[in-house]
Order: sequence, then structure tokens, then C-alpha cells
Amino acid sequence: MLLLDMIWTFFKVGICTFGGGYAMLPVLQREVVEKKHWVTQEEILDYYAVGQCTPGIIAVNTATFVGYKHAGVLGGVLCSLGFVLPSLLIILSIAAVLQNFAHLAVVKNAFAGIRICVCVLILNSVVKLWKSAVKDKVTLCVFIAVFAVMVVGKYAFGISVSPVVFVLLAVLGGVVLNALGKETK
Amino acid sequence: MICLRLFWEFFKTGLFSVGGGLATLPFLYGMGEKTGWFTTADVADMLAVSESTPGGIGVNMATYAGYTTAGVLGGVIATLGLVTPSIIVILLVAMVLDRFRKSAVVDRSFYLLRPVSTALIAAAGLSVFVLVLWNGGSEPLHWIRWEALLLMAGIWLLSNAVEFTKKLHPIVLIALSAVCGIVFSLGGT
Repeated sequence: MLLLDMIWTFFKVGICTFGGGYAMLPVLQREVVEKKHWVTQEEILDYYAVGQCTPGIIAVNTATFVGYKHAGVLGGVLCSLGFVLPSLLIILSIAAVLQNFAHLAVVKNAFAGIRICVCVLILNSVVKLWKSAVKDKVTLCVFIAVFAVMVVGKYAFGISVSPVVFVLLAVLGGVVLNALGKETK
Repeated sequence: MICLRLFWEFFKTGLFSVGGGLATLPFLYGMGEKTGWFTTADVADMLAVSESTPGGIGVNMATYAGYTTAGVLGGVIATLGLVTPSIIVILLVAMVLDRFRKSAVVDRSFYLLRPVSTALIAAAGLSVFVLVLWNGGSEPLHWIRWEALLLMAGIWLLSNAVEFTKKLHPIVLIALSAVCGIVFSLGGT
């Protein structure tokens, strides 16, 4: 019963998380801390903070943490699955419908407009990320270098470098900075 | 076979995309280029649908991309592939939570990972800009789709400069631009 309850609770959190992982925290606090008392307020904030500095989707990471804390490994797995279930149901339905109507002029025109909006959404997101990411000369140089390699590689040489390469380099760089004892902000 | 490949590609995406939100965008974009499963336009459409529906954006995009590639089963497999590394990594981290949280190596890695992730998203975003704005051809005045640039500027103003509309949920902007797309036949049909 408890396990079913965990799936159902995170199913609800998944439905209420509208517009990305950052929207989930208030919902999660209400459901898991205030209603169910599975974890404390401090714990949820810790999980959310660590969820941002671990690979993967922040919301899934946080869900796994909560499930693990409350009911072990199986709990962690079930909470994550509960969280992605609404996505599966909703997106699969929408994608199936859109596929059937994709040839209609009205749908084509709508998406041509929507893509313009997507540009702005990406731009806004990059500006927001920039503020927390680019804080000094080192981080500015890292940004420019990665951006330049991706863009020049694509438009001048037609090669696309895998993002994985840069992520691994960043972790390696972190280890080197640590060995050098560099202070970071 | 395609299902195994899908799982593996999304497993990598889940393992290496750090920072949430649009962090999976450059991976999806790269995946489309490498495998031919979907185009830049497809990825932009997936992003729009993912921002307008409940659930994490990364999860939604994985489900959508999986469905585009291999139907319902593909959607399920891509999503499971995306979350599997999360579950494994978090279960490991949960056992050493305090040490992880206070780790200087983690701190310093993130000091570098944040600008890397931002630059990757910016580079993927640039491709969508080019797709939307660039006409090409021999006539310099027609290189850029001016009507698209105009709408883009309008949406940017609404979401950044106008106090009253700044806090609007992206879905409102997406709906508004869909209407503009239909009214002005932006798809050219």
C-alpha cells in the first residue's frame, strides 16, 4: 500500500510540475513534507540542491532521493516512475494526435509561429543560466570556448562535437582545480 | 534493435545532461544530427510541447523524441533510458550524501560544468534561431525572415520588458505565437 501511495503521490507531483523541474519544489513540499511527513523540510531542500548537482533531470533526482529515504531502493525506483508516468501518458497522446494532423496547413503555420517563441524561451533560459554560471574570467573563457567549438565546428567544418566530451572535460577540470586548491565562487 | 539504440542514446543523455530544464536540448539536437531520427525543427516542436504540458521538460522531450523515432514503445523506452542513470547515481549518492554535499571536487566541477552547460544550450539554441530566421538565397534583403524577427522581438519584449506580462507562463507565449503563426501563415502554406 505504501508503495502504491508513493507512486500516486509522485504521479500527482508530476502532473502539477508545469514547465520544468523548478516548478516542482512547492508542490513537493506540500505533498511529501506537509501532508505525508515522509521527509523533513531541511531534507527536501538538501535533496533538491544535490539533485541539481547530479546528472539527469532535477525532478527525477529529487523523487529518487525521497523514495530512497522513505522506502529504500524500491521506493526510489517507484517514486521516479510515478513522476514520469504523467509525462508518458500525456506526451504520447499529444504526439499521436499531432502526428495525424501534422500535414494540415493550420498545424504547420501554428508550429512555425511556435518555433519563433521557442527561440525566445531558449534565449531567456540561457540568460538566466548565464547569471549563475559565468561569474569570472575562467568561467567566461569556458563559455566562449565551448560555444565557439560547437558553432565553428558545425558551420565551418560540418562536424558536431558530442556534448559528452565537454561535460567530461569539465569534471576533469574540476579535479585538476581541486588538486591545485583553486578557490571558486 | 532501434529500441536498444534508443535506450542507450537516452541513457547517455540522462547521464551527461546536468543542470535541469533545457540541459537535454543539446543532446537531443546532437542525437538528431547523428542518427537522423528527427530534425532541428522537430526538436524545437518537442520543446514547445514539453513546455506546455505537465511533467519535467527533459522527461517530456525524451518521451516525445522516443515516440517520433519508434512509436509508443519508443516513447516508453527513451523515458526509461533517460531516468535510469538518475536512479543509479542518486542511489549511490544517497549513501554518501553528506560527503557529496561538502565535497570540494564536486564544487569545483560544477564551477566549470555550469558555463559548459550554458554554452551547449546556447549553441543548440543558435541552430533553432538559424532555422527560424534564415532564408538564405542570393538577395541580401531576403536573407532574414523579417516577419519572424518582428514576432520574436515582440515575444521577447512581452517576456522581459513589459512589467505586466513578464511573469506569464511560457504556455501563454507559445499559444500567442501559435495564433500569430496561423493568422499570418508563417508556415508559408
